[in-house]
Amino acid sequence: MSELTRAEVAHVAKLARLRLSDDELDLFTVQLAKILDHAADMQSLDLADVVATAHPYGLINVVRDDVVRPSLERDEVLAMAPDAEDGRFAVPRIMGEAP
Amino acid sequence: MNATTIAEGVRRGELSARTLAEESLRSIRARNDELNVFLHVDESGAMAAAERVDDTVSRGLDPGRLAGVPIALKDNLCQVGVPTTCSSKILEGWRPPYSATVVDRLLEAGAVPMGKTNLDEFAMGSSTETSAFGPTRNPLDPTRVPGGSSGGSAAAVAAAMTPLALGSDTGGSIRQPAALCGIVGVKPTYGLVSRYGLIAFASSLDQIGPFATNVADAALLLEVIAGHDPMDSTSLPEPAPDLVAHLDDGVAGRRVGLVRELIDGADDEIVESVQRAADVLRAAGATIVELSIPELHLGLSAYYLIAPAEASSNLARYDGVRYGLRVDADDVTAMNEVTRTAGFGAEVKRRIMLGTYALSAGYYDAYYGQALKVRTQMIDAFRRAYRQVDLLVGATTPSVAFTFGSKTNDPMAMYLSDVFTIPTNLAGEAALSVPFGRGEANLPIGVQLLGPGRSEAQLFAAARVLEAVERGS
Amino acid sequence: MTLPNGWEMVVGLEVHTELRTATKMFCGCANVFGAEPNTRVCPVCLGLPGSLPVLNERAVSMAMAIGLALHCTIAPSTFHRKNYFYPDMPKDFQISQYDLPINARGYLDLTDSTRVTIERAHLEEDTGKSTHLGGTGRIHGADRSLVDYNRSGVPLVEIVSGPDIRSSLQARLYAGELRAVLIATGASDGRMEEGSMRIDANVSVRRSGDPFGTRCEIKNLNSLRSLQRAIEFEAERQVALIEDGGVVRQETRHWDENAGTTSTMRVKEEAEDYRYFREPDLVDLAPSAAWQERVAEAMGPMPAQRRAAVLELLGDASGAQRDAVDVVIDLGLERFVHATAAAGGDVPVAIARVANELAATDDVSRLSVEAFVATVAMEARGQLSATQAKTVLAELLSTGGDPAAIAAAKGFEQLSADSLGGTVAGLIEANPDEWTRYRDGDDKLAQFFVGLVMRETRGQANGKAVIAELQARR
Ligand SMILES: [Mg+2]
Ligand SMILES: [Zn+2]
Repeated sequence: MSELTRAEVAHVAKLARLRLSDDELDLFTVQLAKILDHAADMQSLDLADVVATAHPYGLINVVRDDVVRPSLERDEVLAMAPDAEDGRFAVPRIMGEAP
Repeated sequence: MNATTIAEGVRRGELSARTLAEESLRSIRARNDELNVFLHVDESGAMAAAERVDDTVSRGLDPGRLAGVPIALKDNLCQVGVPTTCSSKILEGWRPPYSATVVDRLLEAGAVPMGKTNLDEFAMGSSTETSAFGPTRNPLDPTRVPGGSSGGSAAAVAAAMTPLALGSDTGGSIRQPAALCGIVGVKPTYGLVSRYGLIAFASSLDQIGPFATNVADAALLLEVIAGHDPMDSTSLPEPAPDLVAHLDDGVAGRRVGLVRELIDGADDEIVESVQRAADVLRAAGATIVELSIPELHLGLSAYYLIAPAEASSNLARYDGVRYGLRVDADDVTAMNEVTRTAGFGAEVKRRIMLGTYALSAGYYDAYYGQALKVRTQMIDAFRRAYRQVDLLVGATTPSVAFTFGSKTNDPMAMYLSDVFTIPTNLAGEAALSVPFGRGEANLPIGVQLLGPGRSEAQLFAAARVLEAVERGS
Repeated sequence: MTLPNGWEMVVGLEVHTELRTATKMFCGCANVFGAEPNTRVCPVCLGLPGSLPVLNERAVSMAMAIGLALHCTIAPSTFHRKNYFYPDMPKDFQISQYDLPINARGYLDLTDSTRVTIERAHLEEDTGKSTHLGGTGRIHGADRSLVDYNRSGVPLVEIVSGPDIRSSLQARLYAGELRAVLIATGASDGRMEEGSMRIDANVSVRRSGDPFGTRCEIKNLNSLRSLQRAIEFEAERQVALIEDGGVVRQETRHWDENAGTTSTMRVKEEAEDYRYFREPDLVDLAPSAAWQERVAEAMGPMPAQRRAAVLELLGDASGAQRDAVDVVIDLGLERFVHATAAAGGDVPVAIARVANELAATDDVSRLSVEAFVATVAMEARGQLSATQAKTVLAELLSTGGDPAAIAAAKGFEQLSADSLGGTVAGLIEANPDEWTRYRDGDDKLAQFFVGLVMRETRGQANGKAVIAELQARR
């Protein structure tokens, strides 16, 4: 069995901005451990010399010209917002500065 | 009527797009309550699009290659002004201010989008049971799942509501429901179809692809939506390939690998279908080579770390600030938490958790990093195989359509239903599922054909060979 | 400022500069400062579901220009996602370069001859901007915030120095020189007050020769003056803390401009886990040699080289003149000095006018180089007093035009040619003997007539013009 603990699952939930009930924490600890156990086949491999692949194809230097294109209408943009004020998106108070 | 016939009739002025759209609406209405295929039927949009096509024809202009063909869109494709939910409460009520590139291309080709189809929430699932808006039922047997995550789109075509549909395939989400619903489903080469406007699940794996009742229609639809798009950095640089022109190329002289790992663990009736498919290809002039690609066994593990890792980041934006659901709270962090907790279902949360864990400090190398290396091995293994053969053949799914609830309590059991389809996504290559044979309860079986990147024309030609035998029998 | 008792500060700076592209980093929205909130946004920079980034070619070129100017190695690079939740970040991750930046390992030479290592200069995207309502308008104590995403996705280059800076003044010199370099590459306007250049300072202290101490990071310093003051305060705080038997805690600190102090923002234990991973929606960047050459060719000379060129015109420069030259270079206005020199004009006067009058205004676009050279020439010839020359320049800067006409309109100029002619004619008539001798070849008498004209016009005439008048009548 994977060594995944309930505390780790709680920490991950915090990172992911999810609130899990005690029952969910228990359930997820078991289920995630089971999935991670399945990954054990992979973890036992010695792949030290293998290059990681993040992209299936080796395209490079895909760029666009620095030419202005139309932006959206602000009314349309703010119509999507759960809350807006004074041309801006409104949110409840922010507890700290950006990291 | 198939899509190719419809488009030809409309272009010649012998069929009315409006009438076809009305017929499609009638068949949707007839069974949608029972099957839960469409989450939103865009009646006015469809009628307007159909009338534009008829108008174009009456003015003697070319209405496009899919003129008047009703099509269903998986509800993770953005269409301007049309509700788009990803089958999640977190996006309920959201109307995108822009359209996906594929939607623009469909409209330019004269297709008539009928509405948005059900899926597993954020495409995370293999049965359409994780939809926040209830499961879709398999039109061939409503006690069974249609597969997933594009279950709604597959069911729309299988129930003859629309002759065509678009889905997205991240680990098998087009091929698996196509197999379970008895239709053709294609996962194109990564980058062949623009992802702009496809709501991301796992960006390095997602591809949009066609569903159709037959191989020719699937090829036609793929030709219309494929080709370079400057809005997607991962879009291949070349224009759409010629697919329809090569439908009758056959398989004479081709080498086809029958892969042990792509049938291992499948039900006997499925293994038999695959073996019979190999026989048919041999009879049509192909050389069948029995192959083993052991690396394919690692696909599932790598996939269930890579896809959730990317998803955990892709789904961070659903935070209650700019669009979609907000649940009020005193401060913004609490608001993010209660919104996401209320808005996401259990499977989405599970995968966000798994992905966050795989990327987090101290675990990255062991999980995500290792999975990327396995991905490299998968690509190399396929490459070695394609030095020996042109195409591969195997099963699409381990079993025929299963009953509701049979796998929902065990995530790992559900994940295993994608074991044969996942390797193609990891390698960024092409594969399709074509109906071939019947199994338990006369339910359809899908045979999977796999090829290297940009091999779609060969895959369609091989699928046509199987289709001809299947139809003749 | 020096620290007491053999203490030494160790400073490294992280400078974020916005790039002066026409559009944002990953979408076609206009990159402009000061537009109405949320009017320069699209699906991409709002992070709408389904949108995808496509890299702006000019942003890459500008990043390479910065790298070349800082003697960096331009390397194949990748983009990563830096994951953290914050309302001004629409995708709740920032696209940034991580382990493979476009520019690595360079240096910047300061005017005090120090060489500061540049660890890296990488591309990333900017965030939106929050306004805090209720309370004092600062984030703490506010009851809600409003977010504008116009700045979201604006291209940034983050330039990270090595821990090579040893005083607050040196930090200021570094930031000033870097700012001049950024402006010279054309990549940045260097406007700190508009936030287009922002500085974070890593500060630690040690006894000279000891290993580095624990550092604190001071975030978001918005002027060179704040930078210098914040570093001084922070270094002194750390020394006092250690001398009192305390230990410096690794943390992020906030600079309070009004109080002149830094305070804890976040301690290390609360540090985010950013879960960096490769951005799957972007492909790798490997600028070809040809692309790099195009960027190099388009680049003008860097401030150090330009400064040397102006100093060479001066020969021996005083300390005050060197400072004035720094100002000329920082503002990129040396074309006025070079034009003056080319016209044989007075270089010190030109430098003084650029470093004072031109530097005092934001916009020199109405002042032509020719008008500037002419004004300096008038001042050098004594046609204009220094005060009058400044007045003329002020007028030229605000409305443009011809310096002689402005001087005349203000009554500064010597007589017009017509009235000068009349004066000269009258004096010839009044001094027939001297005129005859002059006409017969005694050039010395020219000065006699010039003196008379000057007396008559109370110094407003131009000596050369008088001689021209005399010669015309000879
Ligand atoms: Mg940064
Ligand atoms: Zn934008």
